[in-house]
Amino acid sequence: MSTEPATSTEPRRDQHGHRSDHSRRSPRRGRAPLVPTAILLLGTFYCLIPLAWVVMASTKSGSELFTTFTFWPGSGLLENVGELTAHREGLYWRWMANSALYAGLGAFLSALLSCLTGFALAKYRFPGRTALFNILLAGVLVPPIMLAVPQFLLFAEVGLTNSYLSVLLPSVVSPFGIYLARVYAAASVPDSLLEAARTEGAGELRVFWKVALPIMLPGLVTVFLFQFVAIWNNFLLPYILLSDDGKFPVTVGLYTLLNQGASQPVLYTLVITGSLLSVIPLIALFLSLQRFWRIDLLSGAVKS
Amino acid sequence: MCPARAPVRGRGCAREPRAAHRSARLVPYAFMAPAVVLSSLLILLPIAYTIYLSLRRVEVSGLGLGAQGRREFFTGLTNYHAAVTDPELWAGTLRIGVYGLMVVPLMLGLALLFALVLDHHRVRYRNVSRMVIFLPYAVPAVIATLLWGFLYLPEVSPLHQTLAALGLPGVDLMGQRSVFAALTNIAVWGGTGFNMLVLYTALRAVPPDLYEAARIDGASELQMALRIKIPMLTPALIMTALFSMIATLQVFSEPVTLSPLSNAISTTWSPLMKVYRDAFVRDDIHLAAATSVIIAAVTLVLSFAFLRLVQSRAFTQEER
Repeated sequence: MSTEPATSTEPRRDQHGHRSDHSRRSPRRGRAPLVPTAILLLGTFYCLIPLAWVVMASTKSGSELFTTFTFWPGSGLLENVGELTAHREGLYWRWMANSALYAGLGAFLSALLSCLTGFALAKYRFPGRTALFNILLAGVLVPPIMLAVPQFLLFAEVGLTNSYLSVLLPSVVSPFGIYLARVYAAASVPDSLLEAARTEGAGELRVFWKVALPIMLPGLVTVFLFQFVAIWNNFLLPYILLSDDGKFPVTVGLYTLLNQGASQPVLYTLVITGSLLSVIPLIALFLSLQRFWRIDLLSGAVKS
Repeated sequence: MCPARAPVRGRGCAREPRAAHRSARLVPYAFMAPAVVLSSLLILLPIAYTIYLSLRRVEVSGLGLGAQGRREFFTGLTNYHAAVTDPELWAGTLRIGVYGLMVVPLMLGLALLFALVLDHHRVRYRNVSRMVIFLPYAVPAVIATLLWGFLYLPEVSPLHQTLAALGLPGVDLMGQRSVFAALTNIAVWGGTGFNMLVLYTALRAVPPDLYEAARIDGASELQMALRIKIPMLTPALIMTALFSMIATLQVFSEPVTLSPLSNAISTTWSPLMKVYRDAFVRDDIHLAAATSVIIAAVTLVLSFAFLRLVQSRAFTQEER
């Protein structure tokens, strides 16, 4: 059986545009080693199991789900999607739109803010720089629940619980994103270029916007992607903050459906189909933006 | 007169460099302001509020009706005492400890194995498998748990169907003990690819001439992996291990999502779940606050070592 996903549109370059020399890219040189290749294929197979299952299970009608062999397609995909769409007047698609809004807008604002802050930390020397950075970074280490409970209470104080804003706002500050942007700015933005722009008489904000930001674009995209995935995956915060299911992101929505499903197995089919449909956009985003994803920022091994 | 170089602005000549020293000094603070204000409101203030709440208690007199029936006052460390003496917190901590000891070594071991195999200079299917193994990172923990949870359910699981077809008894994948394996599998599935990519990226930063010499000396790929690559990866391995440990301590979505499908997961299965229950089910915000301060303190202590490590590595480059 072939484990090659049909979605593979791998660019000819390496993911990071790094060196592609010393025969890394030419498997034809010599025989392919058996054991390493087998290990990779096993890993690939394992990672595809649940995804293959959800594709199959989504095609089964409610009765087929419990009666036919698991990895055998059923006959009800379109019906399932139709039922999901019909469920409480398209509530599911509302959840998807909410997730896209929370993750898209939140990650975009977060990436911009991270770049501005990271740039300031990397390229200016000012009293209190280290202290400010450490305070910002401390946010990484605080368990989300420690923030979520008081955030809920504080939002309640100002009457903002159960609002889009209450989920969006906390996701804009990303200590991790600031850290990445700082590393990236330090490694990729040359001081000479900033100086040149300054002698031309450009104001500081303009120097950042016109000179630094274009250079920092790969870092910006990386922060965006990390943050997008983090927000899209977020469960705890919206679960605590939101009570109106019309504002739920898709993760919280599907969880509540599953919870009801424990008493009405007919909802299982909706949960399974919903899971499949919710995974597709994120995987598409991943595959299309893979080349911009700079994981090397994490290990601090940045090449300017 | 304009200088020969093209002016930065599209209009007019470049101005004299600003001599306004005072405003120039304020620039970095202005750049920092949005992040500092937001994180003060959304991170620092909630932390302070949690600590404040953890030191207070509510006393209900009479029937607890009306404003005069509830009195809030400072109690010092009473809540902390109550939190620490609750056996359920320790049971949860122990469960998380066991879970962490299963997840972290297995996930990192697999990530290291895949990273080394990807770096093997003649391996096939490198790009496809790298992408597919990384793919689960894009699947939210809740969805991943849903998918695996259905694969564990006796009614739909292919494992059970296969066993039944062979006339063998089914295995319970959601029992008191086996639920650890079930949760570990979900964490490993979701986290291996990301860690693999971090390690693989670190490997690709190694200059190739390091290997050339070893190759000329007739070293095999396996020997090079063990003697050159793994030692080179030590800092990245320490970092991924600490990240994974912190993530493990804070596990919440997976057990919560699996609980409707399994009887083995109580509402206090992990410490964070207990905080949630105390705060929102039992309405004891003060005990929840004290417990989350304790969890945060433990996380901080564990993370401090990690920060030192990362800072010394990342900011050596900045002072070039």
